[in-house]
Amino acid sequence: MQKNAYFKGLTIPFLLLLPQLAITIVFFYWPASQAVWQSFLLEDAFGTSTQFVWFENYQMLFADPGYLKAFINTAVFSTFVCVFSLSIALLFAVMADRQIRGAEIYKTLLIWPYAVAPAIAGVLWIFMFDPSLGMLARGLQALGIPWNPRLNGNHAMLLVILAATWKQISYNFLFFLAGLQSIPKSVIEAAVIDGARPMRRFWTIVFPLLSPTTFFLLVVNIVYVFFDTFGIIDTVTGGGPSGATETLVYKVFSDGKGGSNLGGSAAQSVLLLVMVIGLTAVQFRFIERKVSY
Amino acid sequence: MTMKSRILMSIAAFALAGASPALAQTEIQWWHALTGANNDVVVKLTEDFNASQKDYKVVPVYKGSYPDTLNAGIAAFRAGQAPHILQVFEVGTGTMMSAKGAIKPVHEVMKEAGEKFDPNAYLPAITGYYSTAKGEMLSMPFNSSSMVMWYNKDAFKKAGLDPAKPPKTWPETFEAAKKLKAAGYDKCGVSNAWATWANIEQFGAWHNVPLSTKVNGMAGFDAVLNFNKSPAFLKHWTNLVELQKDKTYDYSGRTNNGEGRFTSGECPIFLTSSGFFGNVRANAKFDWGNAPMPYYPDVQGAPQNSIIGGASLWVMGGKKADEYKGVAKFFTFLSNVDRQVKLHTESGYLPITKAAYEKVKASGFYKDKPYLETPILELTNKAPTDNSKGLRYGSLVQIRDIWSEELEAALNGQKSPQAALDAAAERGNQMLRQFERTAAR
Repeated sequence: MQKNAYFKGLTIPFLLLLPQLAITIVFFYWPASQAVWQSFLLEDAFGTSTQFVWFENYQMLFADPGYLKAFINTAVFSTFVCVFSLSIALLFAVMADRQIRGAEIYKTLLIWPYAVAPAIAGVLWIFMFDPSLGMLARGLQALGIPWNPRLNGNHAMLLVILAATWKQISYNFLFFLAGLQSIPKSVIEAAVIDGARPMRRFWTIVFPLLSPTTFFLLVVNIVYVFFDTFGIIDTVTGGGPSGATETLVYKVFSDGKGGSNLGGSAAQSVLLLVMVIGLTAVQFRFIERKVSY
Repeated sequence: MTMKSRILMSIAAFALAGASPALAQTEIQWWHALTGANNDVVVKLTEDFNASQKDYKVVPVYKGSYPDTLNAGIAAFRAGQAPHILQVFEVGTGTMMSAKGAIKPVHEVMKEAGEKFDPNAYLPAITGYYSTAKGEMLSMPFNSSSMVMWYNKDAFKKAGLDPAKPPKTWPETFEAAKKLKAAGYDKCGVSNAWATWANIEQFGAWHNVPLSTKVNGMAGFDAVLNFNKSPAFLKHWTNLVELQKDKTYDYSGRTNNGEGRFTSGECPIFLTSSGFFGNVRANAKFDWGNAPMPYYPDVQGAPQNSIIGGASLWVMGGKKADEYKGVAKFFTFLSNVDRQVKLHTESGYLPITKAAYEKVKASGFYKDKPYLETPILELTNKAPTDNSKGLRYGSLVQIRDIWSEELEAALNGQKSPQAALDAAAERGNQMLRQFERTAAR
């Protein structure tokens, strides 16, 4: 590949960059700067009285034990959702990648859940696990398990983890399958001839070759659990019981939208943004070294 | 209401909006949150008003759930595009009245338009909620409900209880729940929807116990929550926590999601809104009835009167005088006795004027349908006191979440009832203090 190709002059490169820059400025930098500005304000819902309060919204957050709890909930929630959704999707992809009859049907069925909106996914899981209405919940109770996510925080957390995982498996599956199919068959065949068993072939050849896909998915999944799961939590548990499933993004959503506390909500989104930027930086700095392209 | 008819309606609304200047009509935008049969009532009501005169045209627009409608109104106001009339649920009352310039009080609208308006014509328990401490009406009551105790008559028979005599007090209710449990309703004897409405807000009013200083917030934003110091609350919460252990009482969540437990037959005694009527009628496969909320007989003054739920109509600020005149005319039209009678008997919402209630009562309507009178009997049980007029706290949506969290913490054994009540009041006060600073007065 020719590595030193470049444009002479500045006009063309800038013109080519312009659409991307414009989109980033309009859809990211502008709203983000608005959030930063809003986080320094104390304002009523209608915006008729505004005071500049410096870092008071942040101080209140750090003084609030609920915020620390939301932080811990987020750590638990995001770890389990990422681990579950990545490993289960990888297992499914490996299975679907084999030469089996009707593979196309399996693949289609596995991809379908991705088309379901988060709130709908939440409702589906309620239908299964609501302690009075849910079929599966009744089954659990019949087995003597006192299943009650309405009052038991661990049950509620498990439920939102399952719902969020289920929602994300399809997406991960799609990328893993594409990654698997791009691995040259000749490499695998050579290993078979050398007498390598399936498990060994997977861990020494397939998985390392999948590492760029895995890394990409890890980043995407972390962004997903941090920013995209409030619809599921809202429909399944509403952050309860007693704050057991209130994650950082859910707190931003419920304080800002339900409570009209715009300053506090903005301060939380700024912190959340900083956290995710930090996490992504760490991933690219340290984990990406283990990725071979 | 189906998606298709909703789309058709919005297209119709747009078409009408485009046509109106040619007819020289003043258009009044009305954003609301009612679906299904209640949406049809709204549409019919505006059609009747529009046909009754030529100068004004009220255009109803469905904007989603109650919180969605409130948020849409707030966003529209910030963008300078607010509707004339915004339907806001009772929880949003504090938020609405605190925004100077964002709203125009109804008593002003009526006075400036020269419409005949007598606040005493309305049921005091309803208007009290939406009036200032001085008695000035801020918003127009529209669809009001209250909390009642629904019960399963078939289950009562099965448990050897008299279906004609539902329990009156909490001790009787808990005893009935225990008998029902023994008769096979072992998952839940008694429960409620709207956890804080039932166990804090209505409970305080019904027992004439204050939730806070300053007439439950109606006399000023500097109210301080103090219900944690009341023995009545401690007693009730302690009972709930104790009975949750064997499911004589079983928690059903913060909103009305758990209402299905009543209609499915799982919970034979269930406290929730009188507005649950339509659902019960449609889905309950057993004989049912309702009764006033239970009370503790040893609390002095109990039962007092209940407070309302549902929504009212707020007039947004910054509109033209002529438009306000149209709004006032529409409100006069709404308050008409026959119209209120019809609204009440068709939708199950409460009549807002005394005359309408008297008329329905005289017609013998309640003989066949006593369950539609229960909430009115509760609301008018006694003249409202400072503790039972209603409550008005800013950020009440968030405060309710905090209260639910603390109740849940008590019910699942993380905290003692007293510690949970203390935390509920203390954390609520933090929210109130923050709101006090942003509220423009």
